[in-house]
Amino acid sequence: SSFTKIDEDFYEELEEALIVADLGVNTAMTIIEDLREKVKENKIKDTAGVRELLMEELKELMKNEENLYEFTEKKSVVLVIGVNGVGKTTTIGKLANQYKQKGKKVILAAADTFRAAAIDQLAEWSNRAGVELISQQENSDPGAVVFDAVQAAKAREADLLICDTAGRLHNKKNLMEELRKIFKIINREYPEAHKEVLLVLDSTTGQNALQQAKQFKDIADITGIVLTKLDGTAKGGIAVAIQTELNIPVKYIGVGEGIDDMQQFNSEDFVSALFEE
Amino acid sequence: MAFESLTDKFQNIFSTLKKKGKLSEQDVKLALREVKLALLEADVNFKVVKKFVKDIRERAVGHEVMESLTPGQQVIKIVNEELVKLMGEEKSDLTFSKESPTVYMMVGLQGAGKTTTTAKLAGSLKKSGKKPLLVACDVYRPAAIKQLQVVGGQIDVPVFTMGDKNKPVDIAKAAIESADKNGNNVVIIDTAGRLHIDEDMMGELIEIKENINPQEILLVVDAMTGQDAVNVAENFNEKIGIDGVILTKLDGDTRGGSALSVRAVTNKPIKFACIGEKLTDIEVFHPERMASRILGM
Ligand SMILES: Nc1nc2c(ncn2[C@@H]2O[C@H](COP(=O)(O)OP(=O)(O)OP(=O)(O)O)[C@@H](O)[C@H]2O)c(=O)[nH]1
Ligand SMILES: Nc1nc2c(ncn2[C@@H]2O[C@H](COP(=O)(O)OP(=O)(O)OP(=O)(O)O)[C@@H](O)[C@H]2O)c(=O)[nH]1
Ligand SMILES: [K+]
Ligand SMILES: [Mg+2]
Ligand SMILES: [Mg+2]
Repeated sequence: SSFTKIDEDFYEELEEALIVADLGVNTAMTIIEDLREKVKENKIKDTAGVRELLMEELKELMKNEENLYEFTEKKSVVLVIGVNGVGKTTTIGKLANQYKQKGKKVILAAADTFRAAAIDQLAEWSNRAGVELISQQENSDPGAVVFDAVQAAKAREADLLICDTAGRLHNKKNLMEELRKIFKIINREYPEAHKEVLLVLDSTTGQNALQQAKQFKDIADITGIVLTKLDGTAKGGIAVAIQTELNIPVKYIGVGEGIDDMQQFNSEDFVSALFEE
Repeated sequence: MAFESLTDKFQNIFSTLKKKGKLSEQDVKLALREVKLALLEADVNFKVVKKFVKDIRERAVGHEVMESLTPGQQVIKIVNEELVKLMGEEKSDLTFSKESPTVYMMVGLQGAGKTTTTAKLAGSLKKSGKKPLLVACDVYRPAAIKQLQVVGGQIDVPVFTMGDKNKPVDIAKAAIESADKNGNNVVIIDTAGRLHIDEDMMGELIEIKENINPQEILLVVDAMTGQDAVNVAENFNEKIGIDGVILTKLDGDTRGGSALSVRAVTNKPIKFACIGEKLTDIEVFHPERMASRILGM
């Protein structure tokens, strides 16, 4: 942009860019403070160099370790959780399709027994992906659905059992306790399985997503984040705050409503997009 | 709440200044920095915050604050007043068309809460004596029609559907004919979620609007939305023209600064606040309550 000199205004502009991408004030300030130090250390003299360094630092921060997807190579139970409307059920359809195509045996569990037509929605995704669905009646106990599904997954030697759950706000005690119960049932009934807990976050969400991650993490060990709706104009910068504060990696991104609109997270692309207009 | 309230922060700043009696411009600047940070933490859009703080500065350096015995309280009061002003001072009711049926159209991003809110609105209109008809114009999302039928059933309001093989505009037109025939004086159209930058899908909404001329187009916005809320609201408003906003998911612990952003860029009133998944969880929007919430007071 317009800046050629490394001065207060320049740093302020960088900080603004981070805030506009939803990193949040605290994270943005911390990152810029670190950046100032490193610019001094490395004796960087031009603004282009500072920008480059910032991008590199962010890419490094968001870079994932190699073994993040090993759950797909094991017998795993994947529990998909998050607040209302973020894209859990759709993500499950996409995941089921992706791993079915890779030759895995996938079973879905319709443990959102609460929201209107949630079971029908997941049933449609199971048809599209061509995988089996375990479900019960609307308003039945989600724990019972998960129990059934685990028995089915064991009996049929499924590679992946993916459980849909009802959307719930992280500040609702009862609903969070219900989730804890579901998690317990999985651990008790299928201790030998790998547990993958994916928290789905809508990339248009602002600072509240950090709160969401914290509260859900208290209930079940989140192993990864799915950042949905990145096909819009939102940047999903809150994922940087979550990485910084809670050290939870983003594993997948959602880039549309179609069955193939999901990708493994790539820190290079993500960080580049943070700064695009 | 994860952060100190603005009131606490102000108290810290001003307690050290108390002995001075008067506020300097520098003091006001410090205070306004806290306001700025609080608003950003609450997800108010960056540009909106900048302009807002500039406007307040002009008021706050005036006599009423600098000479006051409780300057901290004064600044908070001004901030609050300006926020309420920006949010729309009065509550804003739904309007009805002269000719029956009155048609409302629900639009918004994916997962914002349109379908649920469609039923909530119908439920509350039914209570006030109207005879609503819900229209299933989401022909894309898996089980969207079923979802509307289920929530319609829960409030005992009929749902008009033609399945998912017809164009939404044709479904909407047929629904209005059906409403005429069956004496439904309110029609609420549920549309599919879409991105504001999806030209085809935005075109679909324009086509519906041009053909049925709804009384109000209501933009449904998730209160947890971050900085992007302005892009969404601006685009929906410029491309389709909205008449009001409904905020959803306010039962969470979000500060809900997106409310301010949306209001500031569209200048359209926020009409309802949704506060839960139950179909009775809808209330008339109160600007002053929202102002306090955003400030964390
Ligand atoms: N544009 C876009 N839309 C998405 C994406 N993922 C999901 N959606 C849409 O978001 C809306 C909500 O998705 P769901 O999968 O029903 O979300 P959910 O979290 O299961 O919702 P609840 O079960 O009600 O809490 C639907 O309209 C989806 O098509 C994405 O990556 N991009
Ligand atoms: N907690 C809470 N949840 C809500 C509220 N309004 C809607 N929801 C939930 O948000 C999720 C999405 O709601 P929908 O009504 O399906 O949203 P939509 O905008 O129709 O979604 P699409 O049609 O996929 O674009 C569901 O789980 C709803 O139960 C609210 O005010 N509070
Ligand atoms: K994007
Ligand atoms: Mg779901
Ligand atoms: Mg809907």
